[in-house]
Order: sequence, then C-alpha cells, then structure tokens
Amino acid sequence: MSVKLVNISKIFKGQGNDQKEVEAVKDVNLEVKEGEMVTLLGPSGCGKTTTLRIVSGFETPSTGEVWISGKMVNNIPPNKRDTSMVFQSYAIFPHLSVAQNIGFSLELKGWGKNKIEKEVRRIMKIMEFSELYNRRPDQLSGGQQQRVALARAVINKPSVLLFDEPLSNLDAKLRVQMRMEIRKIQQTFGITSIYVTHDQEEALTISDRIVVMNEGKIMQAATPIEIYSYPKNMFVADFIGRVNFIPGKIIEKKENTLLIDFGIYQKEIKCRYGDFKVNESVIIVVRPESLKMSSANKKDPHCIQGEINKLVYLGPTIEYEIEVKGLSRKIFAVIYNPIEEGFFKVEDLVNIDFKPIAAHILSQKDKE
Amino acid sequence: MENYKKWLKKSSQEIAFISKDPILLLAVLLIFGSLIIFILYPLCKVITASVFSKGQFSFNILKDVISNWYFRQGFYNSIIMGALTSIIGAGIGFLFAFTLARTDIPFKKFFHLIAIIPIISPPFIGAMAIIMLFGNNGLITSGLLGINNFKIYGFRGLLFAQVITFFPVAYITLRGVLESISPTLEDAAFDLGGSRWKVFNKVTLPLAIPGIASAILILFVETLADFGNPLILAGSKFPILSVQAYLQITGMYDLPSGAALALILLVPSISVYFLQKYWVSRKKYVTVTGKPTVSSHKVVSPAAKWILFAFCSFLAFVILLIYFTILWGAFAKVWGFDNSLTLNNFKYVFSVGFKAVTDTLIIAITSTPIAGILGMIIAFLVVRKKFPGRREMEFTSMLSFAVPGTVIGIGYILAFNNPPLALTGTFLILMLNFVFRYIPVGIQSGVAILQQVDPSIEEAAVDLGADSRYTFKKVTLPLMVPAFFSGLIYSFVRAMTAISAAIFLVSANWNLMTVQIMSQVESGRLGAASAFSVILVGIILLAILIIRLILNLFYGNFGGTMLKI
Repeated sequence: MSVKLVNISKIFKGQGNDQKEVEAVKDVNLEVKEGEMVTLLGPSGCGKTTTLRIVSGFETPSTGEVWISGKMVNNIPPNKRDTSMVFQSYAIFPHLSVAQNIGFSLELKGWGKNKIEKEVRRIMKIMEFSELYNRRPDQLSGGQQQRVALARAVINKPSVLLFDEPLSNLDAKLRVQMRMEIRKIQQTFGITSIYVTHDQEEALTISDRIVVMNEGKIMQAATPIEIYSYPKNMFVADFIGRVNFIPGKIIEKKENTLLIDFGIYQKEIKCRYGDFKVNESVIIVVRPESLKMSSANKKDPHCIQGEINKLVYLGPTIEYEIEVKGLSRKIFAVIYNPIEEGFFKVEDLVNIDFKPIAAHILSQKDKE
Repeated sequence: MENYKKWLKKSSQEIAFISKDPILLLAVLLIFGSLIIFILYPLCKVITASVFSKGQFSFNILKDVISNWYFRQGFYNSIIMGALTSIIGAGIGFLFAFTLARTDIPFKKFFHLIAIIPIISPPFIGAMAIIMLFGNNGLITSGLLGINNFKIYGFRGLLFAQVITFFPVAYITLRGVLESISPTLEDAAFDLGGSRWKVFNKVTLPLAIPGIASAILILFVETLADFGNPLILAGSKFPILSVQAYLQITGMYDLPSGAALALILLVPSISVYFLQKYWVSRKKYVTVTGKPTVSSHKVVSPAAKWILFAFCSFLAFVILLIYFTILWGAFAKVWGFDNSLTLNNFKYVFSVGFKAVTDTLIIAITSTPIAGILGMIIAFLVVRKKFPGRREMEFTSMLSFAVPGTVIGIGYILAFNNPPLALTGTFLILMLNFVFRYIPVGIQSGVAILQQVDPSIEEAAVDLGADSRYTFKKVTLPLMVPAFFSGLIYSFVRAMTAISAAIFLVSANWNLMTVQIMSQVESGRLGAASAFSVILVGIILLAILIIRLILNLFYGNFGGTMLKI
C-alpha cells in the first residue's frame, strides 16, 4: 500500500497565444511507506497540488513513473486507481444527501441498499456525526462538509488517501480541531496518506514526514523535527518558522564538528549535512527562540553584540529585533519567560549568544 | 505561421484525443452536421437568393430593393421603431426593476407576475387589445369617448404595443443587474453623507449602466425582428421591414425580393446582437461581497417610493386592461357592437379551428424536449470537453438568437423546398425550426450552471471509481436538471407563441394557433382571435404549472438551492 514516485516531471502546455511551457514538477522522487502520513508543503505554485493530482491520476506525468502498492499505475485512469481524494472545495454532490454522498463509491461497487446503509452508519458512528445522516449538503456547515468529504473518501478503504488543502476553507479554530480529527481517522484506519498544504503549522502537527517543495523540486523530505531543527538549505530554513542566518568562516575541521569564526569570537558546531573545506564561508542557522540575551555591560568576546531596534511584548514571550554591526539582516530573538530572563528597552545594547547544539551549518552557496 | 503550426498541432492532439472516445466523436460530428444544415445553410440560402438572379451573380435584386422608396421607408421605420421602443422600454423596465429591487412597496410579487405575463403570451396580444380598446369600434375611443375615427394604426399605436410587449424583457434583465449590485454600496454612500439623489446618480446608476445598455440593445434586436404587432398595427402608411418581406413573398410571390429584404433586416440585427454580446456584456461590474446583504430600503425617500409605486400600479393597470380586454373579447358576442357574454367564440374555435390547437401542441411537445436535451449536450461539450471547433459550435448554436424569425422562415422555405430535403409543408420543418431556434436558451442556462459547478465535484465521482458515463449520468446530469427544465419552459412558451418564422412554414396539414389568430384578426373576427388567445395562454400556464410540479415532486427535496435558477 505504498506510493512511489520515480523521476516525475510535469510540463504544462501554455494556454493562449504565447504557448509558454511551464514545468510544474521537476524530477520528483518520493516514497511514501505503508500507513505513513506525508505532507507536501510549499508556497503556492511550488507543484505540490500537481504532484498530488499525478498520484490521483487527474494529471498524467510528462515523464517518470507512479507506483501504488507495487504496481505501475501511469496508464490507470483515476476511477480505477485505489486512491481517494479529499478536495479543497470538499466537492460534496449537492443533489445527494449526506448518506448518499458517503455511500457513493459503495453504490458504484454494486452493494445492496441495506449493506450500504449499515456501512455508512458504521463509519459515521466512528467519526461521530451520525446525526447528519439524512441531511442535505446545503444544510451543513463547513466543518460538517469536511467530515462528509472525509467519510466519503475513507469508506471505500482506499490504499491511499489524498488531501488537497482540505482545511483552507475553514476558520482558524475549526482548522486546529479538524486537523487533529484527520490525523486520528488516518491513524485509526492506518491509511497511507499524502496531504497537501501551505500551512506549516498544519504540516508540523499532523505529518510523519514533511516534503518541502519549491519551484517543482523537493527541497527536503524529513520528519517534522528534522525539518524544523536541521533544515537542509536556506529555503527550507526560511520557509518553516522564523530564522536567523549568521555568516561565519570555517577555520578548522574536527572529527564531527567544525570550528567557526564569527569575527570577534569562535564556536565549535556540529556538522550535519554537506562537505565543507577550511576557509569556506558558511551560514549558521539559529532559531530566534534559541538565542539568549544579556546586558552588554560586561564585554563578552564569545557573543554577538547589538542594539535593540524594536520589541513586541506578547505576554509569555517578548520578540526583539536587534541591529548588529556588519550584519545586513537584523537578528530576531524570541525570549520565553521574560520575568526570569529580564526585560530590555529599545536602544539597549545587548549580548546575543546561543548553545552550539541549537546551531546548524549551511553552505553559503546553498541558496536553494 | 508559428501560431498556425501550434494551432494545428493542438487541434490534431485534440482530434486524436476525442477519436479515442467514439461516442463523444459521434456526438460532436452529429451536432456539427445538424447545426450546419439547420442554421447556417438556410442563412446562406437567404444570401444567395438575393445575390443570384437567373443563376448569375448580381447585385440587381438588392439594388432594386434599395432603390424602392417604399422599402427604404420600411427600413427607416423599423430602425426608428426599434430605437424608440428599446429606449422607452428599457427606461420603463429599469424603473420597474428599481422599484421592485430597492423599495419595500406592497404587492411586489403581484407586480412581478404582471410583468411576466407579456413574456409568456403571444407577442401580438398587445396589438390586438389596442385595436379592441382604441380602434374604430374600440371600447375606450368609441365606447367611452365617442370618438369614431381615432387613428390607432401606424406609429403611435405600434410604439405603444411594442413598449408594452418588450419592456418586461428589460425588466427581467435589469432586475438581475440591480440585485447583483450589493445594496450595502448604496447604504455606504448614504452613510458617507450623499443625498438620496446623489447616491442614485453616483452609485446605483453608474453601476447599472452596462446592464441598461445591454437591455437597450436586446430590446432593439427583438423589436426589429418582431412581426406580429406590426402586421396587425403598422398599416400601409407606416411600413415595417419584417412585414414587407412577408408580404413580398406571400402576397407577390416574389421570393428573391423577400430574401433581399430579409438580408437587409439581418444586417442591423446581427451587428447589434454581437455588439451586445461581445462588447457591452463584458463591461459588467462585479461587486464582491462577503455575506449576502439585505437592503435597508432607506436609499429611496418615502415620497419617491410612492411615486414609483403609483407608476408601477399604472403600468400594471394597463397590462391588466389588455388581458381583461382579450378575456372579455373572447366571451363577447360581437366586440364593439354587442359586448354581452356568450360561448359562441369558443364553440367556433373548437369546431373550426381545433386542429390548429392540436397541431401546435404536438409540435411544441415534440420540439421542446429535443431542444432541451440538445441544448444540455452542447453546453456540456462546450464547457467540459476539448475538441477543435468548440467555440464555433457555441457561436453557431447561439446565432438563432440574433437572426430575426422572418429571416429564418424565409431561409427555411428557400432551403428545404427541394429534394433531398424537401420538407415544405411537413410537420418536420416546423419542428426542426423550433428545435434549432430555441436551443440557445438551453445552452445558455446549461453553460451557466456548469460553470458554477466546481469541476472537482465531477473529479470526486471519478476518483471514487465512477467512469465518465456514470459520472455524467449520476452527477453532471442531475445537476443540470434545473437548467434543463428552465430551458424547457422557455422553449415551450416560444414554440407555442412563435409566429415570425412559423408563418412561412405552416400549411393546410400543419397549422399553428398563432397563425390562426393572425388570420382571424385580419378577417376582423376579433372574438375568435381572443378565444384562441385565451386558450393559448391557458395551455402555457397549465404547462408551466405541470413542469413546476414535476420538478417539485422529484427534486423538491433539494429545493433550497437547486430550484432557484
């Protein structure tokens, strides 16, 4: 019940007179293991929805192969593929009742009326919305339509469940609730799933693995913790959460770590990806919440020093924007528990420090 | 050259694609074939008949027609009548629509129904009633005022009849336009301190201008093409082109001149129609709103409101008077001389003219569903499938909207008089004429509804395992049902009330009620004409009721959103 994409590319023929070709997906390789929930995450136009539609069969790849459950399915139309899709617009059939919508695929299989009703009621009970059985689509709220769409997709026991930004039409509160529900249903039935979203919080909370895409290419595919803590390149680092890029230079290579020079001080940082040479200029990635701040009265050569430009007080945290001499980008720091960590004012001079474990080295060439 | 190559490549890809689906290919070919034979070919015949004389290409016929002052007068009259009717009709239609959409006057439903009646009745009822009210033995002129020689024939009477007949079309269009303009915009302008007049003048009117312009153009095309009212009311001193073309053919047996006149009629109709469709209708404003809003009805001052109410009431009174006159006329012994009640007119209709009733019903009942289904299929193909000539298919099938009935009628007698398609005088020629004249409505409503239906609804069905046939049957088709039925009602009404093309195509074997009414009017039997009209309107109302009932019975469960089309 796994999904495998091998060298998938998709070129769209241009519409209109200029007939410009657009390469929406470029040489994508991806394997989704059985029962795994993989999220395709990226900005709009990054090719994530196209990739999903290639798996469902609504788009044919220009090159490459799609494998589902060990079978090459390139030439199998969407209605013969063992995939079920939850659409962004839900695509509830407006002329059918809730029960008829959910039982649609069973009716197609030629099941008897009683058998369909039993199964529809069973699934609605598991998903806890049995009371909607006889409702019509125009009597449903957004969240309820979402549930119907999900039930309709899982009732068929598909090998693969596909989600096309299913929560983007819901309000913020309902989105949080529904993503927990989607994850619960996915795990209850153990269905291999691919989930497309541009919402990073959604991706981080529900996925076993996140695939970050940009301009048709996979930037990184890893677990949520890895993606956030150790982004493979500057795009991923910048796309997920907020981040500081601090330039440095390698002065010594050790067994597992590199000694980096920041101008006025040095730090030994573990190297995770890539091969670096001595004297190479690199970028150190540090998340704002990993930064520690202290008053700059005591001159500390192991710290970056800067002046506070702006601050936002949010209660549990304070966010600071700090201008550092010689850095083009301002440093952004989030201080948790400010009561214990202390308060600073705009124009205060501060020392900024971080623990080596919270830092991560990227090559400067690696702009992607 | 490069573009052409790409087009060729795309077309050949599309052809390759549809040849994989033989049913689709067959449907496309059949539809193209029938559109060419039954829409384009008759039009070409009109053109060739007027530029070929004795097998030679020449402009002599056209020259003769144009140099004839009487025909020239007909042309000017038609244009002037069209222009005046469209401007006055659109003005009245706008006021009516504005009153119903923007004020909280009482009896709104009643006013709406009153405005609908002229649309569902034969277009010459207005002319008939005017003669019965203001003619030589008119109820008002000679009966109430004692005037015996009031001149109702000609410009004045015709203009009055045309405005009453066609303002409802403007009303329907403009009501839609006004309802799509969010009243919050007006409330906002009012709130910002604009006076009521300024709000109307600076917000409502500018937003409605494209709608008004397109209503004027639609009315112009319809008035220009109208045949029934001028035939009854225009008289010989105020010739109208469509009537001249008809008389030239049926009176003088001069087909080439008739065709030439039809061609001259066709040019302004087609140009104004396409001006409306491709230019004005694109200039619509779309007001984006979050939630549906309710008008506060505060933008119209109480005084203005009651003035508008009085205006609508007067209009409603005039329309009711017309229908009351027809109804009375149907039961009157001899209209104008002895208006006491009798059933003789109906006895006459049922004994002498009943065949026309059954003929009309048979033709309407057979042509309507065919037009409806064909319309849905074309809409589906045009919106959802890709094949070369898709746009041309839509264009050709919409052409019947623009072409005056007189032109089509003449085209049909020219095209289908000889083998292999010798259809003159048959049931088939009337039926085919109706089918191809009334598919555009079905297509329009089908296209509109398909564009509203999110393609992912169909994809969802396919994704769940349905093949394309099952998806069409179980998902697309049911969603198109309301559009199908509204197209059905429209084509039924049109088939029952059509006259301009049909009058050329009727024969002793197959006659129509409308044509019968006309000949009764011409021979002065106003009572029989009225009785025919009452039966005709009665049948139409009954049919609409039945279609509504069927729709409610089967789709009542989904009434809420499904039936509002």
